[in-house]
Amino acid sequence: MPSKMHNAGRVAHARRMVQQLRIEASIERIKVSKASSDLMRYCGEHAKSDPLLMGLGASENPFKDKKPCTVL
Amino acid sequence: NLMTDESPRVPEMATQEVQPNETLTHLKTESDTLKTKLEEERAKLHDVELHQVAEKVDGLGQFIMKTRRTLKGHGNKVLCMDWCKDKRRIVSSSQDGKVIVWDAFTTNKEHAVTMPCTWVMACAYAPSGCAVACGGLDNKCSVYPLSLDKNENLAAKKKSVAMHTNYLSACSFTNSDMQILTSSGDGTCALWDVESGQLLQSFHGHAADVLCLDLAPSETGNTFVSGGCDKKANVWDMRSGQCIQSFETHESDINSVRYYPSGDAFASGSDDATCRLYDLRADREVAIYSKESIIFGVSSVDFSLSGRLLFGGYNDYTINVWDVLKGTRVSILFGHENRVSTLRVSPDGTAFCTGSWDHTLRV
Repeated sequence: MPSKMHNAGRVAHARRMVQQLRIEASIERIKVSKASSDLMRYCGEHAKSDPLLMGLGASENPFKDKKPCTVL
Repeated sequence: NLMTDESPRVPEMATQEVQPNETLTHLKTESDTLKTKLEEERAKLHDVELHQVAEKVDGLGQFIMKTRRTLKGHGNKVLCMDWCKDKRRIVSSSQDGKVIVWDAFTTNKEHAVTMPCTWVMACAYAPSGCAVACGGLDNKCSVYPLSLDKNENLAAKKKSVAMHTNYLSACSFTNSDMQILTSSGDGTCALWDVESGQLLQSFHGHAADVLCLDLAPSETGNTFVSGGCDKKANVWDMRSGQCIQSFETHESDINSVRYYPSGDAFASGSDDATCRLYDLRADREVAIYSKESIIFGVSSVDFSLSGRLLFGGYNDYTINVWDVLKGTRVSILFGHENRVSTLRVSPDGTAFCTGSWDHTLRV
């Protein structure tokens, strides 16, 4: 009896795996060349506003210690 | 064990004694066929490598990144940290059981909470900046509203939100303070309503501890990615609980996952000493960031604002900075005196913070 119950559990698990794989196999995909050029384009479009990439001047860097200044 | 109980009625079992075995074999065959088909479909579209396409992009120059702040105060290993949307506050959690909120500009500690457990492995800042969530060996995720009154005992207002059956490995608020997503050593992820503590959705599919998660950028819809000890990175639909894509190319535990800023890809960091980039629309791994000289595991990864740089915190105490497109390392940063356990770029991309087993955080 226990072995049959265990078997039923294995079958249920295997069924779920098959269902899951069916879903994953059926999705629409694009070519790596297209995906790559899209990633590159995104990087290019946003490069100028990426502070860690471009480097920040002292005046714009909130973490750089500034010389003390008086506010008039 | 993620199998649900399905007890057949006795008469069924008597007549179908032979069939369950046949069904199992049949299902296994179908499963193997589908896996092969999946690999074939993916391979058909593998017409070029990312770094080849990226050859026409300008190389990056030398990077000089300095530690600007060191946050000292934890009594033991720092395990997790998160930035507040205000780009200056940070919450961190530690093996010492403490959760601290810092002002990273001044290095002042603004709040501190002592959790009832050690190893607070996860912490997150609420989008409003008015609360933090944390948890770890207590198997829970709790939310603490941050009081403006520094003297108020935060622990008094604590709200227990999530309950897992094993340790909490990661947590994140969704777009609002109202919902939290969690991942756990119990092999599942879960979405919770903060106010009621109600479980809204659970995500089953990992075969072992889930170690990390990241929510897709809000423009790209309701998905998140998780990584686990089963070496898999899974992408989930938050509404249905369905796993929609799964990637298994790492050779060991995946400690960290992070979406590329456009939401079309995500990076992962693993105990196999590599970081990898997976493109969601191509449905495959498109880059590996590794060097023969790098043999220690990656604990955490994050992108710079444009997605061009990938920062990885490593168990050999260093931070490696990678050119995401070309696949090359552009910088190696030293400073921590023990493993880097957590790493996040600030919301406006001006800095990144690392937490370490050396008890400190650096910005």
